[in-house]
Amino acid sequence: MSTPDGFLLVLMLTAPVVGLLIAFVLGGRNAERVALLTMPVGLIIAVTIAVALWRSDAALVYVLGGWAPPLGIVLRADGLSAAMLVTVAVVICATGLFARAEFRTPEAVPEARAPFSFWILLLSVWAAMNMVFLGGDLFNLYVALELLTFAAVPLVCLDGRAETFRAALRYLVFALFGSLLYLLGVALLYGAYGTLDIAMLAAVVRPEPVTWVAGALMTVGLLAKTALFPLHLWLPPAHAGAPAPASAVLSALVVKGSFFILVRLWFDVMPAVPGEAGAQLLGALGAAAILVSSVVALRQARLKLLIAYSTLAQIGYLFLMFPLAFDTGSGQLVSGVALTGGMLQAISHATAKAAMFMTAGLMYQALGHDRIAELGGVARALPMTVFAFGLAGVSLIGLPPSGGFLAKWLLLTAAVGGGQWWWVAVILIGGLLSAGYIFKVLAQAVGAPNVALTLRAPVPRHREAIALVLALLSVLLGLVALGPIDLLQIARPGLALVHSQ
Amino acid sequence: MTSVTLFGLLGALLVGLGLFGLLVHPHPLRKILSFNLLGGGVFLLFGVVARRGAGAGLGGDPVPQALVITGLVVAFAATALAVVLLLRLFQESGSATLRTDAPAGKDAGGAADH
Amino acid sequence: MSWTLALEAGLAALVLGVAVWTLSVRQTFAAVVAFVVYGLALTLVWVRLSALDVALTEAAIGSGLTGVLLLGAAARLRATEADAVAERPGAGVRAAAAALAALVALALAAAVLYLPEPAHTLAPAAMAELPATGMRNAVTGVLMAYRAADTLLEKVVVLISLIGVWSLAQDKLWGGRPGLLHHADPDGALAFLARRLPPVGIVAGIYIAWLGADQPGGAFPGGTIIAAMWLLAMMAGVTDAPPISRRWLRLVLVAGPAVFLAVGFSGFFTAGAFLAYPVAYAKALIVVIEVGMVLTIAATLGLLMAGPPERSDKP
Repeated sequence: MSTPDGFLLVLMLTAPVVGLLIAFVLGGRNAERVALLTMPVGLIIAVTIAVALWRSDAALVYVLGGWAPPLGIVLRADGLSAAMLVTVAVVICATGLFARAEFRTPEAVPEARAPFSFWILLLSVWAAMNMVFLGGDLFNLYVALELLTFAAVPLVCLDGRAETFRAALRYLVFALFGSLLYLLGVALLYGAYGTLDIAMLAAVVRPEPVTWVAGALMTVGLLAKTALFPLHLWLPPAHAGAPAPASAVLSALVVKGSFFILVRLWFDVMPAVPGEAGAQLLGALGAAAILVSSVVALRQARLKLLIAYSTLAQIGYLFLMFPLAFDTGSGQLVSGVALTGGMLQAISHATAKAAMFMTAGLMYQALGHDRIAELGGVARALPMTVFAFGLAGVSLIGLPPSGGFLAKWLLLTAAVGGGQWWWVAVILIGGLLSAGYIFKVLAQAVGAPNVALTLRAPVPRHREAIALVLALLSVLLGLVALGPIDLLQIARPGLALVHSQ
Repeated sequence: MTSVTLFGLLGALLVGLGLFGLLVHPHPLRKILSFNLLGGGVFLLFGVVARRGAGAGLGGDPVPQALVITGLVVAFAATALAVVLLLRLFQESGSATLRTDAPAGKDAGGAADH
Repeated sequence: MSWTLALEAGLAALVLGVAVWTLSVRQTFAAVVAFVVYGLALTLVWVRLSALDVALTEAAIGSGLTGVLLLGAAARLRATEADAVAERPGAGVRAAAAALAALVALALAAAVLYLPEPAHTLAPAAMAELPATGMRNAVTGVLMAYRAADTLLEKVVVLISLIGVWSLAQDKLWGGRPGLLHHADPDGALAFLARRLPPVGIVAGIYIAWLGADQPGGAFPGGTIIAAMWLLAMMAGVTDAPPISRRWLRLVLVAGPAVFLAVGFSGFFTAGAFLAYPVAYAKALIVVIEVGMVLTIAATLGLLMAGPPERSDKP
């Protein structure tokens, strides 16, 4: 049944929803105000959930409506959920504060299109992400995925240009393709096992043809939404074309949603089904993503595109987790060091990438363009911004003590421990390549300009500060190894089963 | 061959057809059509699962049927968003293609370097 | 082979044939027409599968509204047909896509054939708990009680898709009225229909929504019929789409999810859980939620069809 503090999960879900409904009705300038008011509330709830989880060392469960599965739906928070909830809340709050200057309703009009849409879509992304982390039912997760897509796509083309409309439509087509494949798998799983509750499925799932087909379909669908090689072509134009705060949310958070559901599927629902071959295949795709995307990133002429390709590469690291978590003895995926490493990679990338897109946005606003070759002199003009970019880069490359370092260290440990040496090479080469493209940008920024640099528009200090704080966060994230990292492993495995009477 | 199996195979075929259309048709509106065909097949599979679960006086398991109803509404919302996006793309660029090297918007040029 | 099976085979062949036609016909407009036929044939399949609620929803939303939406789009995009023909992929790509699609279809067919016997079902559980919800239609019970969170979340999804559609408007037209102003001949057939049909349609929609508690029906098909009536009136020029900045419109659009949330929260105090219903008042509470839902569904679906603001509200 529901745990006593399970109601917190309901609050976590409904806070952004209530916020967006009120923002929608009040409209105009109030949409921004309501959004900014909702953010600290949501952050407090997320932290409370993490603390409650830490204290009780067991999952938080809430049975919605009192109807227990398989008939009803359950909300469930384990260590992974709590860590992601806090991460998302932090990034959303930072993005909200950062975006204030860019999405302010002008004085002359009661309501403007871009600001109104931005604040409501931002809250919707948050609501959807929370549902993804807390949902204990596979169809509920489908609806959450759709909400995430419908909120993210309009953010891509918020500036109303033809290229961004095109990128948004391509994104939507890929995303809908992914959702339908996922739904197909859900249909098969229900047909085979009569339930969609994650914990119940975990207890009854067997490696048989129906499960393989369902698992394969759902995985391909989720890979399309997570933009893993080779289903990644939609991401660079979409993330690069969006306004900077939107890019931050898209790269840092939205792609992690479908990834999280994939983790739930493979680690919780059917750990014994994919087998070593399946796990190695996912790892191979991840390695391809890391190597190919990093090389392409090196060759980019525009900063936002470089950062978008960097996202593709960092997503690749997430998928190395799968073969590294495979235990040949039991023939299934286990929740151990590799899982912690992979999730930490997701969290540190979220903060680092959000900071990076924010700095790119600031540089663009200051210079009027984002051509890397012409970034000379920016370091002198915007030292805090370039420093933030550098710090975020530190985390992406994986230098100590950053979260990126700890994540890659854990993955390396798992690789060496499991005797899978080939992944070691991939991780190290990936790190070198990221260093390559980060330093390429820094070298240009720090260098002297060809012509004297005049800033198009002044860059407010507080915006730089927000990016810097996020980047610092990603760099200091490695220090969680000293304690809080165990949060990720709370209530794993052995999910709390909720039986109907 | 029961009627349920018949419709199940129909659903599988519709999924295949919709998938083919989605991959092959270059025009986004045809892709949207194919997506709806694919959706119809997916929902039909849910319906077959529901029909097999008839019992307790009901003609079918009500849970998958409810899931289909939710899915139908979501699919319509998706189609509406995609259609409007396509129409706006056409309005701004004069073409409806998804190719990356397509002609830029009417006021492109300097604005292309975003 | 019995009569009914032969008929059903014929129906399946019809659906398949129309689907193939939709895919292969050259003209996009013709493909959309074929798609509408596909939707209607699917409705019959749903009836054969004893899923009347789904059949109603498929007819109203799946082929009705979707068909009209796509027909309008195909008409506006006629000029892009030529470019699309030039972009058709080569034989190699088509072969690969066909192979992939065939593989998926085969895997699914195999999965369907190997579904377990006896089938897992939640029908007995659903019927056993139904009296506690005050409903007699099990599907409505699932939508409004057992899996109410799905329905609530889905209402938010549809609202967000509408906001997404609105966000695609041009900056200067924000706050204005959606859709092009339609000028139908005031003495013509369309205007005549648009004056006579909506009152009947609205009553029918409310009736179907109300009926959903005990019979096939419910808020979704009911709300869709009302939306269709509104659209008819808008298309004939009898009424105009409201400017999207109007406060009353926004309140109508959030009525569904807002009432749902309010009742859900009240469940904390009256029945011990979010989205739980005290047995004595279950039916009444669900009816209250459905009133909000019908309003919101009618308004949201109608506005999704109308599109982003295209006429400035300023004089």
